Amino acid sequence: MSRITRRFAQLKSDKRAGLVAYISAGDPNAEVSYEILKGLPAAGADLIELGMPFTDPMADGPAIQLAGQRALKAGMTVDKTFDMVRRFRQEAGDNDTPVLLMGYYNLVYQRGPERFCKEAAAAGVDGFILVDLPPEEADELKPFAEAHGLDTVLLTAPTTDDKRLPAVLKYSAGFVYFVSVLGITGTKSATEDAVRTHVERIKRHTDLPVGVGFGIRTPEQAAAVARHADAAVVGTAIVERVKAGLDEQGNPTPGLVPGVFAYIRTLAEGVRGVRKV
Amino acid sequence: MKTTHNSFRTGPDERGHFGIFGGRYVAETLMPLILDLEKAYNEAKADPAFQKELDHLLEHYAGRPSPLYYADRLTKKLGGAKIYLKRDELNHTGSHKINNVLGQVLMARRMGKTRVIAETGAGQHGVATATACALFDIPCVVFMGSVDVERQAPNVFRMKMLGAEVRPVTAGSSTLKDAMNEALRDWVATCENTFYCIGTVAGPHPYPAMVRDFQCVIGNETREQMMKAEGRLPDTLVACIGGGSNAMGLFHPFLDDPGVRIVGVEAAGHGIETGQHAASLTGGRPGVLHGNRTYLLQDGEGQITEAHSISAGLDYPGIGPEHSWLKENGRVEYVSATDDEALEAFALLCKLEGIIPALESSHALAHVMKFAPTLPKDNLLVMNLSGRGDKDVPQVAARMGMKAES
Repeated sequence: MSRITRRFAQLKSDKRAGLVAYISAGDPNAEVSYEILKGLPAAGADLIELGMPFTDPMADGPAIQLAGQRALKAGMTVDKTFDMVRRFRQEAGDNDTPVLLMGYYNLVYQRGPERFCKEAAAAGVDGFILVDLPPEEADELKPFAEAHGLDTVLLTAPTTDDKRLPAVLKYSAGFVYFVSVLGITGTKSATEDAVRTHVERIKRHTDLPVGVGFGIRTPEQAAAVARHADAAVVGTAIVERVKAGLDEQGNPTPGLVPGVFAYIRTLAEGVRGVRKV
Repeated sequence: MKTTHNSFRTGPDERGHFGIFGGRYVAETLMPLILDLEKAYNEAKADPAFQKELDHLLEHYAGRPSPLYYADRLTKKLGGAKIYLKRDELNHTGSHKINNVLGQVLMARRMGKTRVIAETGAGQHGVATATACALFDIPCVVFMGSVDVERQAPNVFRMKMLGAEVRPVTAGSSTLKDAMNEALRDWVATCENTFYCIGTVAGPHPYPAMVRDFQCVIGNETREQMMKAEGRLPDTLVACIGGGSNAMGLFHPFLDDPGVRIVGVEAAGHGIETGQHAASLTGGRPGVLHGNRTYLLQDGEGQITEAHSISAGLDYPGIGPEHSWLKENGRVEYVSATDDEALEAFALLCKLEGIIPALESSHALAHVMKFAPTLPKDNLLVMNLSGRGDKDVPQVAARMGMKAES
């Protein structure tokens, strides 16, 4: 059983939804980014999405675009991203919190899907969310991911209808990620009604847990999602807290890391306040 | 090279792949839309009424067929191949871009879309899209890198006159690739009512095939016109390549004629060896960006690097996937020309033939200047003059140390 599957099973027996926290690897630099990663579980993150910075993040809004640019400018690479996860497992000794790499397929493709999966698994990564690898193209990654025990979490969107959903679910493992709005990250938010309707629809097709993301910024919104989904994913709003902790020259201030954790604690309280039956 | 019983003209396969290139690497939100477009396009292709309306517009609105002009003075000056210019710069809006746009705007209307978006580099595709949207009374938003907004000011004004909204893009390198990112970001949010009119033979399937089909009017006309003028097919075809739509339009109808030598000319910017260029086939390697796998300029990790060309229309780190496939199977030769060579070609055509070529097309001419003298006098060479250079006059004047108005 994968770490992701174990974590969702645990959440289920705890009768609550999970909080998935997204950070951009290497934002604002490798060291501070690792400090954040290391402290995320204690701040209340149940799963972690580690964004791999890419020059052309086509599905991301300005906040995550800028986070990626800060990371790349500070010299972030795929190897250093793997290193962060390795330290998280070995130095910080966290062997329970799932870490997923999120990003765009070209970084995987350049390394070669087989080598990428092997190195990611060795570092302690549990799965991938690749924005631009729909089921139509997922065959080039899936066999290698499976061979190395990595879950491929595919995205579904409001435009993914009942006819198409099975194709998406067939390639998804660990959980399935519902993109709750039409648009890029950090712009619009879905209504609770819309989230409920779509999650119920997805659950008619699968036993996989459903994580819901895009547009969740407040503990109340996180709680609303937690009432219907198995996890709430927060990215842009966290990345904005990183930016808020930079001084005018773009250097991290002492308040950056605690500021991020304080914010995540409020989100976690929102999610954990919802008792599931 | 493939054996003769294999055609080079049957791609892509049903998943949109040309060999390993092409495909549909887009966010899930867009996938259902891309599949809808593919279905709608297949239906339109089979609908004689669609083709009839497009043909009518191409003839009476865009002014096709464009002439195939024998450039006598250029031929004599270079002293080799007999040079014909396919005058696509004479189309309405001043380039080949209108061929594709008319087709896509008809598709938008057919699919019931009420808003059109486009990306543009030099502004030629933006102007063509704004034009067709004015004609069909559809609101139009054009994304354009802020660097290009600056260097192609006449086209920005033109788009606004035509009623389009021009949104300058400041992300990344602020050129064509960033405009395409921003158009994709808009489309993800608006896909229910919006048609994305892509300007070149790139993007997710079915765009590379659809845009190619709309541009094939260039090659199909050239075939007929050359038969009429010389009683045989051309020997050599030359066209410039950014994304590669004018080249694909000229090349594709000739791919299965083994006697026709086909050459695509990429933008070498300051020179391939400087690293500051836009020649993705010459200086790049396969990768995934903007919905397709194709040759890309990128670093070892797969981060996309910035292209450079004096020509905004060629300033793109990728290329249409079918070109990548034609490079690998060897059917088409790909070469490059620098900024300086293109400027020299620009000046030559003005003086010898009284034609101001676009800086994009000047790259094709720069190669013709090198290549034609090496060919025999009975070699029939067709160069696609894909755009006119009026838009480039201020920029060229600045390069020559003059002001456009003096």
